Amino acid sequence: MRRTWPSSSFPFRGGFPDPARIRREMERLFDLLEAEAPSAAPAGVFPPINVTQDGQNFYVRTELPGIDPAALNISVERNKLTLAGKREIPIEQDGVSYHRRERVGGAFNRSITLPGDIDPDRVEANYRHGILTITLPKAEAVKARKIAVRS
Amino acid sequence: MIREQELDPGRAAARRAEQTREGPVFEPAVDIYENAEGLTLLADMPGVAPEKLTIDLRENVLTLRGEVTRPEGENETDVLREFQTGNYFRQFTLADTIDQSRIEATMKDGVLRLKLPKVERARPRTITVKAG
Repeated sequence: MRRTWPSSSFPFRGGFPDPARIRREMERLFDLLEAEAPSAAPAGVFPPINVTQDGQNFYVRTELPGIDPAALNISVERNKLTLAGKREIPIEQDGVSYHRRERVGGAFNRSITLPGDIDPDRVEANYRHGILTITLPKAEAVKARKIAVRS
Repeated sequence: MIREQELDPGRAAARRAEQTREGPVFEPAVDIYENAEGLTLLADMPGVAPEKLTIDLRENVLTLRGEVTRPEGENETDVLREFQTGNYFRQFTLADTIDQSRIEATMKDGVLRLKLPKVERARPRTITVKAG
């Protein structure tokens, strides 16, 4: 998961840190710092969420690779969206030895309040290539209107 | 049998240079496990379509490269940004005990699954001791 700011597990997951890994993590951090200053992202909240908007909709996106989208629980109440589910990363076979275990999973339940009212009946969710996109149409009352000037 | 490819400074620069798009490059999180038949590598690369994934193997170096198409529409503006998107890149060195001709890859829902079978002679054998 690519957070804008390191999570609490950063950068070592147990064991003695490998110098090459430290260097890579440093490089990655500098890349992030170069990219842009992060907005206030709560560290350790899973999964990280991006919210955007255009004239018609709000869009909520999150990266949940390899999940069953049918098991997600998405609900909307007024302008509050709740996203609950579980990303399971099971041990695939008995008797195997792991060289690396970096992928993270777990149960989650996140609520976010959108900065405007939405039309709850027309909310759509789409899961593609491991990215969940929820499209929330803005309520008619909050849509920007273009005012024509009569001459 | 499989280990992370160390990037020397020259290579790190090359890695940046070969990027055609602006923005950060990420290392996908991986799980690697081993059983008697071989290794399995799972890599999280959300946002990468199967046709945008390149797996390159030369001189024992396995390179994973995933290209992410920007998910946002042109007119969208940020309200809250908790994660960045960008392309993925990671390299591993394979030992000679991996049968490079039989590597299999599948990509589903942003997760790459790579099967790296061992060559026959590298598989463990139990030697039965005959009484005599």
